[in-house]
Amino acid sequence: MTKSTVSPRLAPNRLERFFEDAKPAYSYAEARIEAQRCLNCHDAPCVKHCPTEIDIPKFIGQIASGNTRGAATTIFEQNMLGASCARVCPVEEMCVGACVYQGFNDQPIAIGRLQRHATDEACADERATGRRLFTPAAPIGRKVALVGAGPASLACAAHLALAGAQADIYERDGVPGGLNTTGVAPYKMKAESSLAEAEWLLSHGARLIAGVAVGTDISFASLLDEYDAVFIGVGLAEVRTLDLDGPGVWAATDLIRAIKTEQRFALPPGVRRAVVIGGGNTAMDIARELAMLGVKKVTVAFRRREAEMSAYAHEWVGARSYGVLLRENLRPLAVVHRDGALYAARFEETDSGREIELACDLLALAVGQDVGMQAMEAGVRQNANGTVWVDPTTRRTSVGRVYAGGDCINGGREVVDAAADGRIAANAMLAEWKAEKNGG
Amino acid sequence: MADLRINFCGIESPNPYWLASGPPTNSGEQVMRAFDAGWGGAVWKTLGDPIVNVNSRFGAMDIAGAKVAGFTNIELITDRPLAVNFEEMAAVKKRYPDRALIASLMVESRSEWREIIRRSEDAGCDGIELNFGCPHGMCERGMGSAVGQEPRVLAEITSWAREFSSIPVLVKLTPNVGDILEPGLAAVGSGADGLSLINTIKSVIGVDLERMTPLPAVSGEGTHGGYCGPAVKPIALHMVGALSRDARIAAPLSAIGGVTTWRDAAEFLALGAASIQVCTAVMHKGYRIIEDLVEGLSEFLDANGMASVGELSGRATPNFLEWGDLDLNYRVVADIDADACIGCQLCYTACLDGAHQCIHINQAPCHAWHGEPDHGQGVRARVANPVEHEAPAQSDARVPWVDEAECIGCNLCELVCPVPGCITMREVSVDTRRQSWNERVRGTAL
Repeated sequence: MTKSTVSPRLAPNRLERFFEDAKPAYSYAEARIEAQRCLNCHDAPCVKHCPTEIDIPKFIGQIASGNTRGAATTIFEQNMLGASCARVCPVEEMCVGACVYQGFNDQPIAIGRLQRHATDEACADERATGRRLFTPAAPIGRKVALVGAGPASLACAAHLALAGAQADIYERDGVPGGLNTTGVAPYKMKAESSLAEAEWLLSHGARLIAGVAVGTDISFASLLDEYDAVFIGVGLAEVRTLDLDGPGVWAATDLIRAIKTEQRFALPPGVRRAVVIGGGNTAMDIARELAMLGVKKVTVAFRRREAEMSAYAHEWVGARSYGVLLRENLRPLAVVHRDGALYAARFEETDSGREIELACDLLALAVGQDVGMQAMEAGVRQNANGTVWVDPTTRRTSVGRVYAGGDCINGGREVVDAAADGRIAANAMLAEWKAEKNGG
Repeated sequence: MADLRINFCGIESPNPYWLASGPPTNSGEQVMRAFDAGWGGAVWKTLGDPIVNVNSRFGAMDIAGAKVAGFTNIELITDRPLAVNFEEMAAVKKRYPDRALIASLMVESRSEWREIIRRSEDAGCDGIELNFGCPHGMCERGMGSAVGQEPRVLAEITSWAREFSSIPVLVKLTPNVGDILEPGLAAVGSGADGLSLINTIKSVIGVDLERMTPLPAVSGEGTHGGYCGPAVKPIALHMVGALSRDARIAAPLSAIGGVTTWRDAAEFLALGAASIQVCTAVMHKGYRIIEDLVEGLSEFLDANGMASVGELSGRATPNFLEWGDLDLNYRVVADIDADACIGCQLCYTACLDGAHQCIHINQAPCHAWHGEPDHGQGVRARVANPVEHEAPAQSDARVPWVDEAECIGCNLCELVCPVPGCITMREVSVDTRRQSWNERVRGTAL
């Protein structure tokens, strides 16, 4: 069993490093100008549209006043993953979408970029001065095992560690951060930012036990024996494939992971046309990444109409701005290989029933993921779609002392949802222990 | 096109805008460029015994991103030889005969005043301005505001100047006094042809918290400076208005204090000014601002059927009263335009905490979503995060409403509203009989 509290290093020369940030960091001067625009609304709509309910007007006011550490504290108290959420949150659909400036001059406050400024600068100040933003409480004699080192577990573990509980995160792979490290579009966040955040979160006292697969290397039951509670944060492990495979066919998540984490990864030479199957945000991400990497023609093939795509409007607009094309009403049938190489993808046009082929050198499948078997080891009740059922106010599963959060309970949503789950579950555990103590 | 020309106690200029005495009028080369840009006149950087300055000299106060909302300086009068200044002034006047050229002067003895006034006239100046206002450095030597704060000294020196000068004498007043009428009356009583105000206000613009030094810093130490810029305009407006409405002050007023736009200038003119002097705005944005100062004022006069600057001058003065003469029976209430409202609810917070608790928001469905109405208590609800996201709320669901019966018409909501025109103050007629406090006390109106 490898126990480590230090994050593993990333490979050098990763392809993702060639992507520039779509929303680059502010200098303090820039951040202050933007922060000074905030109206400080009463009962602010932006707060209501943040799943972690960060007091946004407060932290923006703190940036404006020059109290950057205070701003970061305001953010982290509600969302320990404030640094990555600042980069990856679909703010257009959340806080920024609710900004009252949308109704006036159409220039909403750039809340995500301000949050990135506050969290980055405060963490840099911590490193430079050694003055920590948060100090863990004295040990309370409780232990929690967290399965999977993605955003939900990291948030939960940080809250628990700060409250004085022992938090051990079991991670099957070597790298913490989950999809924040391996799956976020590189123009939003680089893997190294995710690892830096994971390291910061762990530095409050949680432990990362990397390279240990719960269910294989250690049984779920033994965790329940050893720990006061278990948190399941395993995400979605099973990638849907539509039974399409062969050379040139990728699961979109695997391709993104390779771009982000593999040393010297490059697209195969001669990839000029790519087809992406799907209509969600992962499809938009990989389509945009392929276009940004120089693939001449990137086509998204979606089985229904544009309006029915589950991708956020701003993500589709973003992909389109790089020349990504859309073909609607295409049901994938098969892939065509010639001379051992991918030649085309075959579809049925659902409106006409006709079969067509889209010539391509690369096919990326972004048709969703399912909860893997790992989550089911605990014997928890599942929802109809296979996700783990939890009590909505505590994130407690149907099994005693077992909690869950992140994509494995919601089927694949945002990092900010996972961060909220982690905090809520941690608070529920702490409340339960307190009740036990008072009761007994 | 309205006629922008003015005749200020005999000093003519093609428009009412003069550069105030200060860094922008330090040299002939600068003033010539200013006149090329279109300035109607210039009051030359104050002349006297050349001094030695310190580094640094300026400080500024920014407010919420607005640069140089307030400005301060500890620079003294000219640091160049008098002969050079007068030589350049003569050259400027020769090249720009239609512009007003005024010498700002500051010396001590009667003989010095006689000498410097003679040299100003010889240089071709159209008038002189006695600098009785500078509140830093020079006042420690018995000049500047040390004179302006002593009506008897001010009157004596003014009478000397009136005796020696064959051209108009303007007296520049310091605002660092309890009542601006005292120096104003002293100046006109001793022969001043016109008054310029305000000079700068005693101030400390800020403190450097790292070096623990008042600003501007001179080798880790600081002193008080003279405050000016947009932030002082209200103080200057009051003082100009106070002199303008006093029947004993017949001399024309040259207004100084935070003029940045033609609208500022129009306000000073309306409250009784006859010419406008500008310094800080030029230090911030350059001589080129004269273009819109002229065009904007001209457009304003045309749009309001005024043929000349003179028609605007003093128009608002009769309406500038003491509090005791205001109508106690006049009433307005706030009116919120629901279509324009963006739902920030700043008016609600302001009225609740800073005024009279008569704006309410209890219809907002956001509270239902949170599961807790706030009962108008202004407390942000903190409840467990719901699992589902909500679509952004419609802003009209957040429109506050005014309890008109309770509204005391204070304006605060209108002032904090970020959307121009969204909140207006609507007149309501309750009692049409006018009655002021003074009338009530005298019992004359009942």
